[in-house]
Amino acid sequence: MTDTIDAIRNTTLTGSEILWATLVGEGVSTVFGYPGGAILPIYDALRKFPIHHVLVRHEQGASHMADGYARTSGKVGVCMATSGPGATNLVTGLATAMLDSIPMVAITGQVSSKVLGSDAFQEVDITGITLPVTKHNFLVTRAEDIAPTVRLAFQIAQDGRPGPVLVDITKDAQQASCIFNFEDAAPPPARPHPMLRAESGAILQAIELIKKAKKPVILAGHGINQSGAEAEVIAFAERMHIPVASTLLGLGSFPASHPLSLGMMGMHGESWVNNAIQEADLLLAFGMRFDDRVTGNLASYAQNAKKIHIEIDPSEINKNVKVDVALIGDLREVLLTLLPMLPASSDAAWLKQINASKGQAAVRDIVNLPDNGHLYAAHVIHDIWREAVAAGRETETIIVTDVGQHQMWEAQYFRHNAPRTLVTSGGLGTMGFALPAAIGAKMAAPEKDVWVIAGDGGFQMTAAELSTIVQEKLHINIAVINNGFLGMVRQWQEAFYDKNYSCSPILSPDFVKLADAHGIPAAHITQRKEVTPIVTKARTGSTPFLINFSVEKEDGVYPMIAPGSALHEMVRRPNPLIETAED
Amino acid sequence: MLHTFIALVDDKPGVLTRVASLFRRLSVNIVSLTVGESERDGVSRMTIVCEGAENAADRIRASLYKLEVTRDVDEVSRAEAVIRELCLIKVGAGPDSPHGVHSRTQIFELAQVFRARVVDLAPESIMLEMTGSASKIEGLLQVLRESNYDVLEVSRTGRMAMRRGHHTSKVLKALGTKTAADQAVAYPVRPEEDDLPNPFQEDET
Repeated sequence: MTDTIDAIRNTTLTGSEILWATLVGEGVSTVFGYPGGAILPIYDALRKFPIHHVLVRHEQGASHMADGYARTSGKVGVCMATSGPGATNLVTGLATAMLDSIPMVAITGQVSSKVLGSDAFQEVDITGITLPVTKHNFLVTRAEDIAPTVRLAFQIAQDGRPGPVLVDITKDAQQASCIFNFEDAAPPPARPHPMLRAESGAILQAIELIKKAKKPVILAGHGINQSGAEAEVIAFAERMHIPVASTLLGLGSFPASHPLSLGMMGMHGESWVNNAIQEADLLLAFGMRFDDRVTGNLASYAQNAKKIHIEIDPSEINKNVKVDVALIGDLREVLLTLLPMLPASSDAAWLKQINASKGQAAVRDIVNLPDNGHLYAAHVIHDIWREAVAAGRETETIIVTDVGQHQMWEAQYFRHNAPRTLVTSGGLGTMGFALPAAIGAKMAAPEKDVWVIAGDGGFQMTAAELSTIVQEKLHINIAVINNGFLGMVRQWQEAFYDKNYSCSPILSPDFVKLADAHGIPAAHITQRKEVTPIVTKARTGSTPFLINFSVEKEDGVYPMIAPGSALHEMVRRPNPLIETAED
Repeated sequence: MLHTFIALVDDKPGVLTRVASLFRRLSVNIVSLTVGESERDGVSRMTIVCEGAENAADRIRASLYKLEVTRDVDEVSRAEAVIRELCLIKVGAGPDSPHGVHSRTQIFELAQVFRARVVDLAPESIMLEMTGSASKIEGLLQVLRESNYDVLEVSRTGRMAMRRGHHTSKVLKALGTKTAADQAVAYPVRPEEDDLPNPFQEDET
C-alpha cells in the first residue's frame, strides 16, 4: 500500500487517480459500487490501483455492503455511485449507517461544475439530499481538493461518534490534474471534543451512586463495541457483580453466556431483563441512547433508579431519559478511570433475585415446544446457533439479519458470545439490509461463517444481490424465514388492528428455483428434524447455499411491549405450552 | 423560553443551510439569526435566538457543536451578555399623515427619548435607526403604533450577543486560559431551574 503511495508522491495525477491513491493511502482494499456517466473517469483509473471493486446490482446494495463491511471489520466502509439516481439510491444505506453510527465514506460522481445547478442530465443535489442522513458531506469541484477532502472524510467518519460521510466529486474535478502528495493532504487535527473529559466531580458522584446501589443494572449498548471497551465492561461487571442487559446493537459486546448476562432488553426483551431494569435502583448506561424501543413508556421507565450515562455524544444526554450523572467521553477511557476507584463488591442478593425470576419465566417457551410437525422460526434460529456451537464455530459465525420478526427471534435465540458477530439494522430498521450487508461482512471476514437470516419480505427487496454473491464467489449461507406474511406487520395488525391483515400477506417466488437460476444450491425445509443437517451441509460447503424455511405462518414474537406501555407491562405468548425454560 | 446561542462557524457555502437544517430537524423555531464576520479569518459568527423548551438548551448546543462546520458554540441565555439589535423604521410624516404637519417634530422628540437616530428625511416619511435590546425596539414601535403613526416599513437585524468581560476566544487564548470550548465541561448536565432574570429585559444604554 505504501509502495503505491511512495511511487506516485509529488507526481501529477488526474483527480480520478488521486481519489484511488488517497483511498489506498487510507488503507482501503475493497469498495462497493456501480459505474455511470458522471463517475466514468474514476472507474477508468481503477485498474492502476490495488483496490478490489465489487459490482453491486443496485446502489442501495453498495451502501449496505459498505455498512456490513464496516460493522464487521471496524474499518471505514467505502461505496460509490454515479450522479443522480445512482446517488439517490445510496440514501437508504446512508441513513441506516447514520442511525447506527457506522463509519462509512460514500463517493458520488457529479455533473461538471460548469453546469451545476442547471438541471443537467443525471444531476441531483445529493449534498442537499443527504444533509440529514450523513455526519457530514462535501461537494468537490477541483482536483486539488480531492485528496484533502477524502482524507478529512475518513477522519470525520471515525472521529468521536462515527457516521457516514459523502463526498460528491464533479466530473471536471475527476478529469483535471494536479500534483499529488498524500501526506500534505492530511486533515488538521480533529476538533476538540469539548466535553470529552469526564470531570472529576461527576466521576466522584458516579462512584458514590455505584457504591450505594443495591440493585444496579448495566445497560450495554453499541458504544461498547465502537469504543473497544468489551474487556473493560466485563471487568467492571465482574468486579461489582452487576448484571448486564444489552440493547439490540449491544448483543455480542458482552458475552451472552456470561453468568452476569441477562440478555436483550426492550420491546421484545425477556421478562426478567425488563423487570430487572424496572426494579433497579441504579442504571449504568454504557454507550446506549435510551431508544424508544428500549425504554417503553418514558414516564414509567425505571422510576426508582438513579441513572449514570456514559456517552461520547453530548447531544444524547437527557434526550429521552433524564440522567443523574453524565460522564461524557470515550467509554473505554471513562471505565479505565472509574475501575481503580471502585472497591470490589460481592453482594449477591440482587443477582439471586433476578435468577429466581428467570426460572419462572415462560418467555423461552418456544424453544421447548415439542416437535409436532410444525416448523417454528425460533427453532430454526436456535438450531443454527446450536449447530455452530457443536461445530466449535460459534464465535466464528456472523449472523446478518434483516428487519422484522426473524430479527427479534435471532436476538432472543441466538447467543452472541463474541463482538461483531451480529450485523443488524437497529435504528433505522431497514428491510432489505441483510443480503447486501452480508456481502460486506464476508468481504471483511472471509474466514468467518456468514449467515443471512431474512424474512420472505425483506429478502425480496434486495434479492438481486444474489447475483453479486455468485460473481464474487462468496460462500454466504442464506436462511429465508418464509411465513408468507410481512410477519411483524401482521403481528401488529393482529394485536392492534383487529386482525385486519391489510397488505401483509406476501407472495414469494420459489426461492429454491430462484437460487437455482443463480447457480446457487438450495433446499426447502418444512420439518424441524431437517434443520440441523441442512445447516451443517450449508456451513461446510464451499459455495453459497440458500435454505427456504417454510415456518408457522401466524407466529408472533413474545414477550412484547405495546407502544406506549411501561417496560414491565409485557404481553406474553398466548397459552404458553411450557412454563419453564431450560436455560 | 428563548435561548440564545453564539456559534463560530466556517465561512463556507452551505454552512447556513446546515445550521438552519439542524433547527428544522429538532423542530425548534428560530426567532432570529444573524451572521457576519468574526475576529478570525474564515470564521463567521452567528447569533441564533430560538424558542425552545426550558431544558432544550444543552441539547441544542451539543447538536450545534456536532455539526462539522462548527468551531465553537456558546450559550448566553443565562450569562451576563450584551444583546443588541439594530432596527430601521420608516414612518409616514407628510402633511396627509394622521398627525399632519406636526408629525415630524413629534417623531423627532420620540426618537430623542428612545435614542434613535433620524437617518433619512423625505417629504412624506422619516426613517429612524435604532440600536438596543429587543424590548426597547419593541417599545418604540409600540409607541409609534399606539400614537397612530403610520409605520410603513420595519427592518430588524435580529439579535447579536457578546459575553461581558474578557471572554473573547482570542483574549482567552493569549492569556492561556480556558476557551469557551474547554469550559463546556462545567455545564450543568441537568437543566437548571429557570430562576434567572430574562436577559432580554435588561435595559441599559
